[in-house]
Amino acid sequence: MRRLLFILPLALFVVLAGYFTLGLFRDPSVLPSVLIDKPAPEFALPALGDKPGLATADLAGGVALVNFFASWCVPCRAEHPMLMRLADEDHVALYGIDYKDKPEEAKRLLAQLGDPYRRIGVDHDGRTAIDFGVYGVPETYVLDKAGRIRFRQVGPITQEDYERKILPLLKQLGAS
Amino acid sequence: MIVELGHYSLVLALFMALLQASLPLVGAARGQLALMALANSTAVAQLVLVGFAFAALVHAYVTSDFSVVNVVENSHSLKPLLYKVTGVWGNHEGSMVLWVLILSLYGAAVALFGGNLPPALRARVLAVQGMIGAAFLLFILLTSNPFIREFPAPLDGKGLNPLLQDPGLAFHPPFLYLGYVGFSMAFSFAVAALIEGRVDAAWARWVRPWTLAAWCALTCGIAMGSWWAYYVLGWGGWWAWDPVENASFMPWLAGTALLHSAIVVEKRNALKSWAVLLAIIAFSLSLIGTFLVRSGVLTSVHAFAVDPARGAFILALLVVAIGGSLTLYAIRAPALKTGGLFAPISRGGALVLNNLLLATAAATVFVGTLYPLFLDAVGGGKVSVGAPFYSATFVPLMVPLLVTLVFGPLLAWKRGDLAGALGRLKFAFAAAAAVALATFWLATGGPVGAVFGMALAAWIFAGTALEYADRIRLLRAPPGESWRRARNLPRAAYGMTIAHLGVAILVTGVTASAWQVERVETMRPGDAVDVAGYSFRFAGTQPVAGPNYTAQRGRFVVTRDGAPVTVMQPEKRFYPVQRMPITDAAIHTNGFADLYAVIADTAGDDGAWVVRLYYNPLVPWIWFGAIIMALGGLVSLSDRRLRIGVPVRRTAAAPVAPARA
Repeated sequence: MRRLLFILPLALFVVLAGYFTLGLFRDPSVLPSVLIDKPAPEFALPALGDKPGLATADLAGGVALVNFFASWCVPCRAEHPMLMRLADEDHVALYGIDYKDKPEEAKRLLAQLGDPYRRIGVDHDGRTAIDFGVYGVPETYVLDKAGRIRFRQVGPITQEDYERKILPLLKQLGAS
Repeated sequence: MIVELGHYSLVLALFMALLQASLPLVGAARGQLALMALANSTAVAQLVLVGFAFAALVHAYVTSDFSVVNVVENSHSLKPLLYKVTGVWGNHEGSMVLWVLILSLYGAAVALFGGNLPPALRARVLAVQGMIGAAFLLFILLTSNPFIREFPAPLDGKGLNPLLQDPGLAFHPPFLYLGYVGFSMAFSFAVAALIEGRVDAAWARWVRPWTLAAWCALTCGIAMGSWWAYYVLGWGGWWAWDPVENASFMPWLAGTALLHSAIVVEKRNALKSWAVLLAIIAFSLSLIGTFLVRSGVLTSVHAFAVDPARGAFILALLVVAIGGSLTLYAIRAPALKTGGLFAPISRGGALVLNNLLLATAAATVFVGTLYPLFLDAVGGGKVSVGAPFYSATFVPLMVPLLVTLVFGPLLAWKRGDLAGALGRLKFAFAAAAAVALATFWLATGGPVGAVFGMALAAWIFAGTALEYADRIRLLRAPPGESWRRARNLPRAAYGMTIAHLGVAILVTGVTASAWQVERVETMRPGDAVDVAGYSFRFAGTQPVAGPNYTAQRGRFVVTRDGAPVTVMQPEKRFYPVQRMPITDAAIHTNGFADLYAVIADTAGDDGAWVVRLYYNPLVPWIWFGAIIMALGGLVSLSDRRLRIGVPVRRTAAAPVAPARA
C-alpha cells in the first residue's frame, strides 16, 4: 500500500505525457466555436439607455451579426469605424452586446464614435458571453435566418476579414 | 571560421557530456576514484567548450555575420549593439545555447567548489548533470542548430521582434535560466541520492545552497519578466496568468517548498522522500516549462519557436528525464528511512503545512495552465483559463500560507507552544487590525478582500519583525546583550527575516492593485482627463525618430490641484524592418504609486488618440518586495555553515552501500 504511494507521481506523469503527445499534434491558433451550426444560446438582456434591449427572439427572421464590445476595449475602438460602415452603407443587421461594462461609459463611447447597432443588450456579468463561448472582446457572430450561429470572428473585423469571410457568407445566407 | 569552430566545440561538448554521464557512474559503482574524478575534468571541459560556442555565436551577432541563418532571422545591422548581444538569446536556438551554458556553469561549479562532497556522491551528481547536458546538446545539434550557414548571404537581417528590444529583456532570460537550470542541481542531487539509497542531514545541507541560488535567480527572473510586461505591453497590469508566466511560477513554488522542506530534513532528519520528490518536481516543472514554451502546445505570445519536430524531441526528453527519475523514485524512495518525529504544532509541523500549501498551489497553477490542453486533447473544445480561476483557487491557498508564515519561526522544533506564540504575536494582531482600519478609512471602503490583504501584509511584517526582536531579546535584555545576540545570529536567520519582510512588501503591492484606476478615453490635443485626483492634459503628439524605428510621441502634462507633477511622453513606435507597431508606456513613479500613460491608436484626423491612463497605487512594491526576497536568499546563501563546517558524513569513509529496506 505504502509502495503504491511512491508509484503515484510516476503514474500521474504517464497520464500527463499522454496528453502532451496528443496536444503536440493540434494547432493551438485555431479557435473554432463549438456552437457552429447550432442555435444561438437563449438570452434576454436589459437595454442600454433608451434603446430597446436584446433577446434571442429579436435575432430571428433575418441574417444577423452579433457583436460583443466594451468601452474599455481598445481593439473594439479600432473596429468601430468598420462597424459604422457595415451599418450605414451595407445595411447589415448589426446587434451589440455590451460586455462587462459600465453603462455610462458605453453610452459615452457610442455618443463619441457613433452607434452602429440596431439593438444593444447589456451583459453586465458576462453570463451571455460565457454561453456564446466568447474568448475576448471584440468578437462577432454571424447568425442565419433560423437563428443558428454560422460563423465566429475572434478579434476585430478587418477589411480583409469582411470581404473574404463575412460578406460571402452573408450573400450565401441571403441577407438583403 | 569562428562560426565553424563554435559549431565544432558544441559537438565536442556533447562528447564530453556523454563521457561525464557514463564513466563516473561506473567508477562510483565500483569505487574507482580515477573514473569518478573524470567527472570533474569533463565538467570543466564542458564549460570551456560551451562557453566558446556561445562566444562564437555572440561574435557572429556583433559583427552582423549574415551568412549565418540564425543571425539573419534575428538581427539587423542597424540594431543598437546591446540588442545585437541580447538578440543572441532572444530566439529559440540561441536561448537553448544559453540554457546549456548555464547548465555547464553549474556543473563546473560543483566540480571546482564541491571539494567537501564525498567523491562517489559528487561523481553521481555530475553524471546526472552530464546526462541532462548531453540531451540538450543533442537537441540543439539535431533540431535547433544556431550555426547553420546560408549562401549567398542576404544583405541584411530580418531584425529582432521589437517587443524584445528592451533593456529588461537583456537580463530576464539569463536570470530565468539561472533559476530553471539551477534546479537541475537539486534534481541531480536527488537522483544521486536515490541511486545511493541514502538521504541524510548532510545531503540536505549540500542541496540547500544550490536550491537557494536557483531560487534567488528565479525570483529575480520572474520579477523582471513581470516588470517588463508591465512597462512594455502597455496594459497597466503586471501579471496575466499567461501560460509562460505560469511555466516560470510553478518551479518557483516547488522550489520554495523544497527550500523549506530541506530545513526539516537537515534539522529533524524527516520528510526525506518528500524533499527528494520536490527536487525532482521542481526541475521537472522547469523542463515542462521549456516544453510548453518551445513546442507551441499552448498558445502564447512567448512561443517564438512553434515547431512540432522540436516539440517531439523535448517530449521524448521529458519522458526520459522525468519518467526515469520518477521510476527510480518509485523503486528506491520506499527504502529511505524515516527519521525524527514532531508534533503537529511545532516548527516542523508548520513547515509541513507550508509544503502542503505550496505544493497544492503549484498543482493548482499546473491544472489551470494545462486544463485547456487536456480539454482540447479529449475533443472538449478550446478554452482559456484566466484570472478568475486563479483568484478563486490560488488566493485561498496563499492566505493560510501567509497567516502561518509568522508562526513557524516562533515555534520550537519538536513541540511548539501555540499559546505562547499567539501571546508574543499580540502586537502583530494589533498592527494588522490598525492597518485594516486605516485602509478602510483611507480607501473609503474598497473591496473587503483588499482590506484583508493589507492587514495580512501588516501581520507578516509585524510578526516577522517581532520574531527577530524576540531572538535578540530586544528591550528585554540590556542593549549590549541584544547587540551581541544580533551579531551572533547566523546569516541564515537574517536571510529568513529579510525574505519574509520581502513577502510582506510584495503582498502589499499585489493587494493594492485592487485600487487601480483605469481610464480609456479618446482625447484631442488640449483635452484633460482626471485620474485619481491627477489631471492629465493631452498636448498632442509629434513624430520622432529612433535608431531603428519611427514613433509618434505623445505629451501629457500632469498636474495635481493645479500644481505641476510631471510631463509624461508615451510613444507609439513603428519598426519598419518587422513592419510592427509597439506601444511604449510612460511611467511616473514616486515609490508609492505609478502614473501610467499609453497612447494606443489614432482616432480621426484632428490629432485625436485613444489613450489609456492608469493610477497604480503601490505597484512598485511588488518588484521591490521580490528583490528583498531574493536578497534574503543571498544573505542566507552567504551563511558560513553552507560553505564550511559541513559535518563529515557519518559513513563517508565506508564503501557506498546499496539501499537497505
